[in-house]
Order: sequence, then structure tokens, then C-alpha cells
Amino acid sequence: MGIFRSRPKRTVLVCCGTGCLANGSHGVYREFERMLKNADQPVRVKAAAKATGCNGLCEMGPIVKILPDDIFYCRVKVPDVEEIVRETLAGGRVVERLLYTDPATGKKVKSHKDTAFYKNQLKIALRNIGEIDPANIDDYIQRGGYRALEKALSKMKPEDVTAEMEKSGLRGRGGAGFPTGRKWRHCAASDDTPRYVLCNGDEGDPGAFMDRSIMEGDPHSIIEGMVIGAYAVGSRQGFIYIRDEYSLALKNMSAAIRQAKEQGFLGESIMGSGFGFDLSIVRGGGAFVCGESSALMASIEGRVGEPRAKYIHATERGLWDKPTVLNNVETWANVPVIIDRGSDWFSSIGTGGSKGTKVFSLVGKVQNTGLIEVPMGISLRKIIFDIGGGIPGGKAFKAVQTGGPSGGCIPGSMLDLKVDFESLSGAGSMMGSGGMIVMDEDTCMVEVARYYTGFLAEESCGKCLPCREGLRRMLGILNDICAGRGHKEDVDTLLEICEALREASLCGLGKTAPNPVETTLRYFREEYLEHIRDKRCRAGVCPALTQYYIEGSLCRGCGLCAKNCPAGAITGKPGDKYTIDPDLCIKCGRCRQVCKFGAVSIGGGAAV
Amino acid sequence: MDFVKQREDLAPVREILDGYPREQRFLLAILQDIQKTYGYLPREALETVRLHLDVPLSRLYSMATFYKALSLKPKGEYVIKVCDGTACHIKNSQGLLDELKRLLGIEPGETTVDGRFSLETVNCLGSCALAPVMVINDVYYAKVEPDKIREILGMLGGKGYGDI
Repeated sequence: MGIFRSRPKRTVLVCCGTGCLANGSHGVYREFERMLKNADQPVRVKAAAKATGCNGLCEMGPIVKILPDDIFYCRVKVPDVEEIVRETLAGGRVVERLLYTDPATGKKVKSHKDTAFYKNQLKIALRNIGEIDPANIDDYIQRGGYRALEKALSKMKPEDVTAEMEKSGLRGRGGAGFPTGRKWRHCAASDDTPRYVLCNGDEGDPGAFMDRSIMEGDPHSIIEGMVIGAYAVGSRQGFIYIRDEYSLALKNMSAAIRQAKEQGFLGESIMGSGFGFDLSIVRGGGAFVCGESSALMASIEGRVGEPRAKYIHATERGLWDKPTVLNNVETWANVPVIIDRGSDWFSSIGTGGSKGTKVFSLVGKVQNTGLIEVPMGISLRKIIFDIGGGIPGGKAFKAVQTGGPSGGCIPGSMLDLKVDFESLSGAGSMMGSGGMIVMDEDTCMVEVARYYTGFLAEESCGKCLPCREGLRRMLGILNDICAGRGHKEDVDTLLEICEALREASLCGLGKTAPNPVETTLRYFREEYLEHIRDKRCRAGVCPALTQYYIEGSLCRGCGLCAKNCPAGAITGKPGDKYTIDPDLCIKCGRCRQVCKFGAVSIGGGAAV
Repeated sequence: MDFVKQREDLAPVREILDGYPREQRFLLAILQDIQKTYGYLPREALETVRLHLDVPLSRLYSMATFYKALSLKPKGEYVIKVCDGTACHIKNSQGLLDELKRLLGIEPGETTVDGRFSLETVNCLGSCALAPVMVINDVYYAKVEPDKIREILGMLGGKGYGDI
């Protein structure tokens, strides 16, 4: 294609994802630019966007990578830039103090690829994240970008492309896991036109940010996937629906579409093939339910994003009642790789029913918070303890929540569960879009159920009664339990409402809304009973059922708790024992967090 | 007492409308642009949109109340968004919110009487590595502890909040 250029000797990649930007990476980037502009060195500086938590090391940001040496520096500050330029770029030496310390071994590592975190991963959808400058289409092309599109347009008929997708076994990464190739075939089989191709970038699950990361860090992989999909189903117009809160994703996607048009990967007669396709962005309005397919289409049409009953598939009558293919960001990002490397290669990865890899955002009470991509079938234990590095602060693992607000909580006894679509559903949870939230002993499972139910009650569009009223009733009961006003019949009532919701709701939001309550009741019923019967929250989360007190025998009188107490509820003199005034205490738990001697204990609301 | 703004100049609304084809599918985008310009959707602006696109005002109202990005009330100079996504939630975002409520004397969705601060919660900013996180006018504050709030508000000219 003639766009390939010879690589310069060394490249500095400064992470400019949301996470690193928050830690000041743009200043570091500018400093590199400034120092290297005048320096007589064969070095090219560029900004590479890496998403928050990417490689689990965003809390270690700003992150700077030096290629081709593959040196990985963390927490780089502006004054460090001069040293990196002098030592590493000019001298070829590693600046030890800026290297990453692997929590698993306690050793400094030169490249992030040497860590346990990285070694257990397999990157397909995230293949370019952090390796390329998302604002530069040449970077994408250099790593094999748009090669699959060229192959599809020049060597394959549309039906070949669809057949290849079906053979690959790729299933939708947005939640439901519908086979992507079959969806395309249904749409192509319709004799109605025009047909539309959509990308769902309305990532709304709390604790999930894989789609944002791909839109920010590798926008062209989505565009390429969509053009291939459009060619397969015979569409000339596509839309990417992006969540309103994702400003950097909006910016990077818009720039990428512009560049793709300039280079002839979008527009009339793409790559001289005669096939034309155009793509525009629609900004979401900030409504969780718009991630649901029919609601998303209503929103693109400029209406309120309410779902409709789906007696007829969107592949027949979707956007403006025309045949429509809607796939999620991660699904689209997989498409070019499958076409490029073939369905046999792809389907050799994963389990019987779930092929390929899945991106998870591993967050919560885990050492390495971040975005990971693993082959389907890997165990939860491997994800949380090998890749995630286990639970911080020596706390005990309690549960992992998967599948977003409609997912469920999986307990420690099931850590050896192999992660794929079937096994997660079997455990009462679901794959969802890939949020994975680790919870430790300090997390109250009743409060978690209350949190998700509250989320869903707020986001319910209100169109159908079971979802609108059922969730509100459930929330009321859970609020009462957390406030110490629970009754012993509450558990049965909750289960009864759950059943009604599952059976009678209109869309997926309501049908799956019982999952958080049902799974916590299934695996953590004892905690519910403690709240209701003993008026006690063992995790110390529910304020009405919690009282903090300082264990006199353990207190060393350092006064750290009093210094950190936002309510001024702790009194005492340095060297003496400190005490908490229960009337002033706002139960934020800050004292327990900061105490180095474990002297702050939790008692039940009534007991102490 | 609510924070109330003066009557708005409508020239920017006409400019926004001119930038889009006269089709209903651009309604959400138009309303978002107006929201961005004014910080809310002024009643007079909605009247203009209604006439331009020939849609009933009730429909604009239903859009404005359905989508979180749209607001019928003016917002403060600084909009504080506290993330209450799951990762932030289990890392005590509630404590953060409680402290903000206590200092500012407002609930989420409200604006201080002087028009300086609006308080909101958001369901996940996708910045879970920074949990608990809050955003004030697009600036991210990572791993915020409740005892840091007073200092942050002070930097934004909010000295004295909560001291009364």
C-alpha cells in the first residue's frame, strides 16, 4: 500500500489516556517534545493514548514507554524527562528508579511484558492499545491495519465474509452473546434497503471501560470492522453511538473517521472497489437503557430512548424500520483480525461455545486495577490472583461481580469456574460487557445488591410496569434492611418480585435486573439474615448497623485517626488512648483505613 | 431559594439550528449543543427549537427529562460530578458525596444559591483505576478522600463553605 515508512531509531510513547492525563501526562509529553525538538537525536516523540487502568498500571501513571527497547517507566514526572533523554535515549541506559516493581516478585522489571499481569493475557481486541498513536492513521496501518479490509474487498464476496464470521464462532461482546456472523446473515438476507450498520459505544455498566479504551486508543480497528461488516450485509451508512461522558473517545473517533475518509477507507468506492460506505457519530444523551438495542435505535432517530418489544428482529426492522446490524465496540474491533488471520485461527482460541478472547475491566479490591484481555475458558482464580495480583492489604476475597448491574456476584467457592458465556450464566451471573468487580471482606453484599437495584431503578425507562414498580419495591425493601428495619419475610418477598420481573419485563434491563439480588441471596443469604435478625453489618458498611470503636489494648495513641476524621469525632492526646464519640461519628470508616495497628473495630449497631 | 439566571440571548440557538439539517433525528444533538452553550435548556430556546423543527413542546420536555445530559435548570459555574460506579462505590464514594453535601449544603442535582457549584452523581466514568474519582469541569480528581474535599473546594473559590 506504500504508506509503510521506515521506523525511526527510538520512539517515546507517552500515555495520554484519561487515567494518565489525570496524573499529569500531558505535561510530560510536552516536556519530551520540547527537549527533543532541538536535540540532535534520531528520536520521534508521540503521544499514545492508553486507557485508564490499561495494563493495570494506570495508577502507576504517567507511563512512558521507549521503543524498540521496550522499557517501561512509571510515575514519570516532568523533572524526570531530562534524565530519561540523557540516560536512556542518548546513552542507552535504563533509569532503574522509574521502573515498575512487580508486586508478585518484588523485583524491578524493565518491560511490562515480563510481569505476571501481562504474561497471562492474549490481546486481540486490545492489540494496538498503548502501542500506537490513535490520532495517527499511519500507526494503525503500520501494524497491519486496513489489510483485512483490502482482503475482504479485493478477494472475498460479501457472503464469503459472512461465512468466515460464522465459522469463527465470534459472539457479541456487548452482553447477550448472539453469534455475530448469524446476525449479519439475517440482515443480508432481507430484501429491504437501505440497511444500516451500527456500533454500540454507549458503555454504561458501572465498573466497565473496555469500549471507552478501544474508542480512545484504537479507533480505526472499529472503523475497519464496521466497513467490513457493511460490505458483508450491503450497507452504505453506519452510525457509532458514543456515550456522552466519554469526551476523549468522541474526539479520537471523530478524528479517526476524518482521516479514514481522507485516505479512502470510508466514502465512495473504498480502496477503488466500487463499494461505498459512510460513517457518522451520534452522541448519547446519558441514559443507561440506551445501551439496549431498540432503545439505542430510538435515540439515534432523535427520540426518547425507550425499548420496544422485539417480536421482529432488528436485522429485519431496526433503525427507521430498516434492516440493521448492531454490534458492540469490542465485537467490531475483533472483526479485522478474524478476516486477516482466518476463522480457523480464531476458533482455536477459547472453549466449545465461546471462541476467542474477552476483555474485562478488572477493578475494585484488587492489586492491579486494569483492562485485561484473556482467552475464554480461563479461571476466575487466574484472573484475580495471577493477573490481578490478589487482594490488597492482606484482606480476604469475598466475591467477584460480573456482567454489570444485570450480572451477579460469584463467591469464593466458585473461583475455579472457567469463564465463558455458559458458565457465567450457569452461576446466575452473566458475561455482560465485561465488568469484573472484585470485592473483599469489607464489602457488604446486601448493600451491593441495594446499590445495583438502586442503579437499575433509576435507569429504568418506566415504560413497562414490572420493571418500573418492581425495582422500586425491591429498593424500598433493601433500603429498609440496610437501615436496620428489615423483617423476616423480606427475603421471600424479594424473591417473589424477582420472579415477576424476570417473567414480565419488556426488555433485557428488567428481565436481568433480579440477578444482583438473586445471586447475593443464593450465595450470601447469611449476611441478609444478620442484617435482618441480628441488626448487624459484618463489613461495617451500613451506617445504621455499624458502630466504630477503638480497641484500647491495640491503640498506640499515634493520633492518625483523629487527624483524618472529617467529623472531628475522635478525641485523645498523643501517647494516650483515643476514643470515638458515637454521636459525632459519620461512619465513613476513614479511621479504620488509616490505623496502622488495626485498633479500630466494628461492632453491631445495637450491640455496642 | 433556587439559583435563577437572567433571560438568555437567543442568537447562539439560531446558530446551532443553522448547523443542522431540519430533521428530527438531529434533535438530541441540537439539545446537547444548547445545553453546552447555556449550561441548561432555557425555555425560550426550546420554543425556538419547537418552531424550527415543528415538534410539540411536550416532546422536547420528554427528551429533556429523559436524558441525563440535558437539564432544565441552570447549572453552577463548577459542576462537580462524583462517580458512583461500582468500583468507586465500594471504595467509599458515598463518604465523598456525604462530605460534599455537608459542605455545600445541597443535594445531588442541586446548585448552590450563589451559582458557584452544582453537585451531581454519575454512574461510572470508566476511570476505575482512579477510584474514588470525581470530575469538576472536566478535571479529574483521583483517589479523593473525604478530608481533601474542603481543600479542593477552597482552590475553586469555595472557601468558607460549610463553615457557617
